[in-house]
Amino acid sequence: MLTMQGITKTFVTDSVQTHALRDFHLTVDEGDFVAVTGPSGSGKTTFLNIAGLLETFNGGSYILDGKDVSHLNDKQRSRERNEKIGFIFQNFNLIPDLDLFDNVDVPLRYRGFTTSERKRRIEESLDMVGLAKRMKHLPSQLSGGQQQRVAIARALAGSPRFLLADEPTGNLDTKMAQSVMGLLTEINQNGTTIVMVTHDPSLAQQAKRNIFVRDGRVSESPANQPSTVESIAVESLSQKAAM
Amino acid sequence: MFSYYLRLGFASIRRNYILSSLMIVAIALGIGASVSVVTVNYLMSSNPIPHKSDQLFYVQLDSWSPHSPAQEPNEPPDQVTWRDATNLMAAKPAFKQSAIASSGAVIEPADKDVLPFMASIRLGFSDFFSMFEPPFLYGSGWNSQDDTNRNYVVVLSKEMNDRIFGGENSVGRSVTIADAEFQVVGVLNDWQPVPKFYDVTTGAFNDVEDVFMPFYMKQELELNNGGNTNCWKSPEGEGFAAFLNSECINYQFWVQLRNENEKQDYMTFLNSYVEEQKTLGRFERPLNNRLSDVMEWMEIQEVVADDAQIMLWMAFMFLFVCLVNTVGLLLSKFSGKASEIALRRAIGASQGDIFYQHIVETVCVGLLGGVLGLVLAFAGLEGIKMLYGDFMSNLVKLDVTMVAFAFILALISSVLAGLYPTWRACSVAPAAQLKN
Repeated sequence: MLTMQGITKTFVTDSVQTHALRDFHLTVDEGDFVAVTGPSGSGKTTFLNIAGLLETFNGGSYILDGKDVSHLNDKQRSRERNEKIGFIFQNFNLIPDLDLFDNVDVPLRYRGFTTSERKRRIEESLDMVGLAKRMKHLPSQLSGGQQQRVAIARALAGSPRFLLADEPTGNLDTKMAQSVMGLLTEINQNGTTIVMVTHDPSLAQQAKRNIFVRDGRVSESPANQPSTVESIAVESLSQKAAM
Repeated sequence: MFSYYLRLGFASIRRNYILSSLMIVAIALGIGASVSVVTVNYLMSSNPIPHKSDQLFYVQLDSWSPHSPAQEPNEPPDQVTWRDATNLMAAKPAFKQSAIASSGAVIEPADKDVLPFMASIRLGFSDFFSMFEPPFLYGSGWNSQDDTNRNYVVVLSKEMNDRIFGGENSVGRSVTIADAEFQVVGVLNDWQPVPKFYDVTTGAFNDVEDVFMPFYMKQELELNNGGNTNCWKSPEGEGFAAFLNSECINYQFWVQLRNENEKQDYMTFLNSYVEEQKTLGRFERPLNNRLSDVMEWMEIQEVVADDAQIMLWMAFMFLFVCLVNTVGLLLSKFSGKASEIALRRAIGASQGDIFYQHIVETVCVGLLGGVLGLVLAFAGLEGIKMLYGDFMSNLVKLDVTMVAFAFILALISSVLAGLYPTWRACSVAPAAQLKN
C-alpha cells in the first residue's frame, strides 16, 4: 500500500539545515492500522505530510498504491490526494461558514462526481458518523468530538484507500477521544488502511502496529506489547544520557 | 465548478463584508471616475453620422489677409464669406451642397395668450436635410424651388412645434418670425447630433436650433449674425448689403461627395473658383483650399478639448491607485483564508483550482464594484452637468456602450488587481498551515 525507502527531507534556511527525515524506511500493508509515535520534533508530522503528498522529499523513493509518486506534478499529486488519501487533523479543519453537508462536499467537488452521487456519498458518510440529521448545522454548532466526526466523514466520503490522521484526538477529552478511536477502528475493520500520528500511548496500543520515530528515523514495535513504545523512548533517553 | 466557485465567492464576500465592502468601494470609485470622464470623451469624439461621415466634407477657402494666415501656421479661415457661400451654391458642382448659418429672431405665436419669444435659427439650403438626415415627425424639408424663389417656409424643431402648436401636426400652418409670415413645411422629431457636427464654430455640443429656414431669408429679412463673425478688413460701405459683400466670414459650407473622384473634381472646381476670384482682386494668398470629412473636421476644430484628455489620464491614474489599494485589501483577505486554502489543497484542490476559485471571487468583487461604479459615474455625470450647465448636457449621458465599458473595465481591473493576491493564495504551503 505504502512503501518508503531511504526517504530524506531537509529543511534549509539561510543559516540552518534541519534534517527532518534521514534514510526513512517504512512499508504499510493494505488494511494496516499503524500508530506513529515519537517525541516532538522527531519527524512524525514531516513523515505524514510526505505520505499525504503535501510535501516533497529530497531523496529516496515513495511508492503509493503501486505508483511511484516521487516525480508527480502538482495536479497529479492533487489528484492522488483526492482519490486515494483521506486526511484527519488535530484541529478538525472544517470550513466555518459551510454547513456539514457542504464541508463533506469539498473533496467530492474536486473529484468531479455528479450532484446525485455527491449527495449520496455525503449522506452515507454523515450517517456513518451519526450526524446525518445535523447536516445543515454549522461546525460552530457542534461539540469538538462531533466536529472531528464530520472531519472523518469528509475524509471517508471519497472512499479513500488510505487514511492519514494527525493527532486526531489531540483536542478532545478522554471520552470523546475513545469514541473517535472506536470509529477509526471500525473504519479500519471495514478495510481502510490507517496511519495515525499520536502522542497518546494508550491510543497507539489500540492500533495493529506501532512505529516509533526518532531523529527522523523509524523504529518499529509490534502491537499488543504495551511497553514497546515506552521502552524505546526510555532506551532513547538512556542512550542520550550515556553520550 | 464555475457555479460552485461563484457561490463560494459571494459567501466569502458576505463573510468578510467589511473588507469586501472596502474593495468594492475602491473599485467603484476608480470605475466611477473613469467612466464619467470616458463618457464625456467618448461622446465628444463619437462619429455623429457614421454611415456617411466620409462623404460629407467641410469646405475651407483661404480668403484671408495676404499679410497673415487666419490661423498659424497657415490655416485657412474656418468659415466662408456670404459672397463665396452664395457663389458656390449657384455653381452647384457637388452631388449635394448647402451653405448654412445661424441667426435668431422673435417668434410671435398665433395664440395671443403666448408671449413672443426669441428663437434660434439655422439658415440653410434644401440639401441640408438630405445631407444631415434629421428625422421628421411631420412633413419634410423645403425643396430647391423654395431656395431659389426665396419662399417663406420653415421647418420647426419638435420642441418649438410643441411650444407653438401644442405638438399638433402644424404642416401648412403659419407662424410669424421676424415680423414675416412663414408656412410650416415640416416638423423635426427629437434630433441632437453629438457633436453638433454641422456647425461646431459656436460650440460642438450646443442644442440644435429651434427653426430652420431657407438661407436667403438672411438677406430677405436682414437677420442678425449668429455665431462667430470675423473680418480681416472692414466692410466697404455701410449697411447690411455692404456687410454681405464684405470679406467677413460667418457662414459654413458643406458638400456631399460620394467618392474620391467626386472629391478630386470638387477640389479642382474650388481651385478654379479661387483663381477666378483672384482675377477680381480677391484671394490674395496662395491657393490653400481644404476639404475635410466630418471626423477630420472634428479633429481640426479640436472638439475633444485638451483638458478633457488630461482629465482622462488623471481618471485612469486614479483607477490605478484604487486598484493598488484593492491589491492590498485582497492580500489581506486571502491571507486570512490561508487555512481554508491549505485544507482545500490537502483534500484534492490543485493550485489551478485554488487560482480559479479566487479569481472568480475577485471578479465577483469587481462586478459589484462595477455596479456601484456605474451609480457613481451617473452621479459624477450629473455633477458635471450641474457644474457646467447646458453646455455639457448633451455629453453626460450613459448609453449601452458605456455601461458595457464600465463592466468590462471593472472585470479587467479586478482580474488585474486579483492576479498577485491570487497567486499568493495558490502558493500557500498546505503542510505548514494545517498544523497551525
